[in-house]
Amino acid sequence: MLRFIIRRVLQVIPVFIGSTLLVYFLVFSMSGSPIDALSGGKPISPAVVAQLTAQYHLDQPFIAQYGIFIKNLFTFNLGPSFSGQPIASIIARAFPVTARLAVMALAIEAIFGVTAGVIAGLRKGKLFDGTVLLASLVVIAIPTFVLGFLLQFVVGVKLEWAKPTVSSGANWGDLILPAVVLGLVSFAYVLRLTRTSILENMNADYVRTATAKGLSRPRVVMVHILRNSLIPVVTFLGADLGGLMGGAIVTEGIFNVPGVGNTLYRAVLSGEGPMVVSIVSILVLVFVLANLLVDLLYAWLDPRIRYA
Amino acid sequence: MSKDRVQITEEDSSVPRPLLELRDLAITFDTASGEVPAVRNANLTIMPGETVAIVGESGSGKSTTALAAIGLLPENGRVSGGRILFDGEDLTKADNKRIIELRGRSIGMVPQDPMSNLNPVWKIGYQVKETLRANNLARKDVDVQVAEVLADAGLPDAAQRAKQYPHEFSGGMRQRALIAIGLSCSPRLLIADEPTSALDVTVQRQILDHLATMTAELGTAVLLITHDLGLAAERAEKVVVMYKGRVVESGPALEILRNPRHPYTQRLVASAPSLASQRIKSAKTSSVESADVLLPKSEATVSKSDDVIEVRNLTKVYKLRGGKGAGADFKAVDDVSFDIKRGSTLAVVGESGSGKSTVAKMVLNLEKPTSGKIIFDGTDLTALDKKALFDFRRRVQPIFQDPYGSLDPMYNIYRTIEEPLRVHNIGDKKSREAKVRELLDQVALPASSMRRFPNELSGGQRQRVAVARALALDPEIVICDEAVSALDVLVQAQILNLLADLQAELGLTYLFITHDLAVVRQIADHVCVMEKGKVVEAGTTDQVFNDPAQAYTRALLDAIPGSRLELPPEVA
Repeated sequence: MLRFIIRRVLQVIPVFIGSTLLVYFLVFSMSGSPIDALSGGKPISPAVVAQLTAQYHLDQPFIAQYGIFIKNLFTFNLGPSFSGQPIASIIARAFPVTARLAVMALAIEAIFGVTAGVIAGLRKGKLFDGTVLLASLVVIAIPTFVLGFLLQFVVGVKLEWAKPTVSSGANWGDLILPAVVLGLVSFAYVLRLTRTSILENMNADYVRTATAKGLSRPRVVMVHILRNSLIPVVTFLGADLGGLMGGAIVTEGIFNVPGVGNTLYRAVLSGEGPMVVSIVSILVLVFVLANLLVDLLYAWLDPRIRYA
Repeated sequence: MSKDRVQITEEDSSVPRPLLELRDLAITFDTASGEVPAVRNANLTIMPGETVAIVGESGSGKSTTALAAIGLLPENGRVSGGRILFDGEDLTKADNKRIIELRGRSIGMVPQDPMSNLNPVWKIGYQVKETLRANNLARKDVDVQVAEVLADAGLPDAAQRAKQYPHEFSGGMRQRALIAIGLSCSPRLLIADEPTSALDVTVQRQILDHLATMTAELGTAVLLITHDLGLAAERAEKVVVMYKGRVVESGPALEILRNPRHPYTQRLVASAPSLASQRIKSAKTSSVESADVLLPKSEATVSKSDDVIEVRNLTKVYKLRGGKGAGADFKAVDDVSFDIKRGSTLAVVGESGSGKSTVAKMVLNLEKPTSGKIIFDGTDLTALDKKALFDFRRRVQPIFQDPYGSLDPMYNIYRTIEEPLRVHNIGDKKSREAKVRELLDQVALPASSMRRFPNELSGGQRQRVAVARALALDPEIVICDEAVSALDVLVQAQILNLLADLQAELGLTYLFITHDLAVVRQIADHVCVMEKGKVVEAGTTDQVFNDPAQAYTRALLDAIPGSRLELPPEVA
C-alpha cells in the first residue's frame, strides 16, 4: 500500500512540471509583451520599461523565468497584480470561497445522487426509478445558466428561501443556492452512473452466493452490492471535484461569487498574465491531487488495484 | 453408507422422512414475449444424508430446479405450481424471513464458477465470517473458527489464507473457499451446482473427493447438479435426468447408466466425455466401425504426411515484476519439441499453468519465443517479414475456448465470418457471400443465421460460427485452444464430430490444446502431456492412454470422472 502511494505521489511531479511548463509557455510566449498589457497600450517611459523588465525577470531566458516562477509559486510570493494587490492575497481570498462551494456541491451530488441511484437501481422499473430518471434527464438537458437564473429568480427572489446573490464574505449560507445549481447537473450523472452500476452488480454471481449464505437483504445490499458499485462513481466524483475546484465561471458569474472562476475570468479578459499563470498552476496542482485521492480511494474500494 | 450416521432430530418420527421433496414442481419465467415454462412437473426426493444428482444439458432446468429450493430464482422467475417440501415444510408458502433463516444453516450452496462467486473486494476470511455471523454460529474467537472452517475444506495455511483476497487464490483454492462457506453452518442439505466444471480434472477429483468426505462426516445430503452423466454416476446414489424442463428418468445411478430407457438419457450416455474413453477403446479393440467419425485419420491425408509444424526446443520466459522474488524469472515453457504431421491431430494436454496455452500462442505467432524454433512448412516463424507473416496468418487459424467472448457482439454472423476474407482481400462482395453460405453449410448452420447476432445463438451455435470463421480462409492448420471445454457434453460431441468431419474432408491439421483427456481420446492422433512447462510424455494417443509411462499422466487419466466405473458392454 505504501509503495503504491509513493509511486503515485512521485508520478505527480512530472505531471505538474509538464502542465505548468505548458501553461507558462502559452501565456508568456504567445500573447505579446506583458508590459503592453499592463500599461493598457499607453506609451510608457523606457526607464519604467527597464524597471518592469527587471522586476518580472523579462530579460532572462524562458527556462530561467519558469524556474523563478516555480520557486515563487511554492514560496507563495507571486508579486503584485495590475491593481497593485499581491496576487497571492487575491488567490488566498478566492480559493476558500471556491473550495467551500465545491465541497457543498460535491456533498449534494454525492449524497443525493448515490442515494437516489441506489434506490432507483434496486427498484428498477418502478415509479421511483422512472421519476428520477426523467428528472435527471430534464436537469441534464437544461443549460446551467438557464437553471441558475431560474433558481435564482424562483427560490431567491420570489420565494426568498435563500439569498439570491452572494455577499463578499461568501459564507456557507450564501453559497447554498449556487452549490445546488452546481451540484444538480453532476447529481444527474452520479444518479445514472450509480443506478447502472447497481443494476450490473445486483445480478453478479457473488451477490447470489451472498444471499445463499443466509445474509439479510440489507446486508447483501450494503456489503456486497454497494461497495462494488461505487468504484465508477468515485472516479466520476473525483474528476468532478477537480473541475469544481477550478471554479465554475458561469455559476459564479450568475450569483456573483467572489471565487476562483470569477477571478480567473477577469484576469484572462484583462490580459493579466502573471495572475492567469498563477491560478492555473494552482488548479493543476489541485486537479492532480484530486486524482491522487481518487486513486487511493480506488485502491481502498477494490483490493485488486493495489497490485496493478 | 453415510445414511447411517444421520441422527433424526425429530422426537416422534422413527421412520425417516425425505429431507427434500419436490412434488409436481413447475417454474415459470416472465419474459418480454410472455410466460415461459422452465420446469414442468418435476418430482424429486432426497433422503437425509443421501447424494442425488440432477443431470441435463444447459437450459434443461436443472439449475433452476435446485435454485428454487433455496428461494434463489431470478427476479422474473416464480414457482407456478407444485410444492417444495423441506423436512415436511412447504417452502413455496414460507415467507422471506423463513427462507433467509433456512439459507446457510439448513440449506447450503456451492456455486458453479469459483471465479465469479466470491466478492472480489472482501477478504476470504471475511466472506466466511459473515456467513457464520448471519447464521448466529460465530464463536467468540471467530477468526480461529474461520481458519478451522477453511482448513476443513482442505485449504492449506488457512489462517494466513483467510487474510487474502479472492484474486490471490487459484481456481481450485477459491472453490475450496466456496465449499467452506457452503458447509460452514453444517447444513442438512447442500446444493452443489456444477461445483467443479470450471476446474482441471485433477483438481476436480480432489475437490469432489473432499466434498464427499466432508458431507459424509456431517451427514449432509447433497443435491449435485452436473451435465456429466459419468460424474453423476460416480458421485451420486440416485440420478435424475432432466430434459427441456421435465424429469425424463430417475433412479439408482448405475441402473440409469447401464440401462437408460429414455432416448435422451441414451444420447447422454453415448456422448458423456468421461465415458467415451472406454467406448472408443472397446470399439477399436473389437475393430468394428472403422469409419467411425471419431477416428478421423483418413488414409489419403496421412499417406502424404510430412511435418507441417516442427517445434524445436521452444522456451518462453516471463520476467516477473515486483521485489520479493527479485530476479526470479518464470519459465512458462521449457524446452518443448514436437512435430505435427499434415492432416493429423496433435493434442497438448496439461493442467492450467502447464504452459500449453503459451505454446499455442507462440505457434500462432502471437507471442515471441524466448528461444527455440517453430518451423512452419519449412520456414522459421521468427524469420518471417511483415508480408510473409500476413500470409502465415491466413494459413493458420485459431478457435478459442469461450464462444461468448471470441465473437464480437456488435458484428452479425455474416460480418463475423466475412471479415477475414475482407481483411485478406479475397474475392468480391458476391463471391464472399457465396463463401459464407458454403461455410455455414459446412458447420451445419442455416443460411438464415447470417443476419443474426451472437447473443441470439446458443453456445454450441456460436462455437460453430467460430469454426466457420476459422475455416473462411481455407487454412491448413487450425489451433483449437480449449475449443470445446466451455460446452455441454452433447454440444461438445457435436463440435468434435464436426471438427473430425472437416478434417477428413479438407485435410486439416489440428493442434488441440486441452485439459480434458476425455476429449483427447476422441480427437487426437498424437498426444503431448505437459507439466510445469515441460513435455513429460509424448506418443500416439493409444500408447499414452493404454500404457502411460509417467505417474503424472496416470494421475490425469485416473482423474477423468467415471473412469473407475465398471461399464457394461452394451454401453461400451
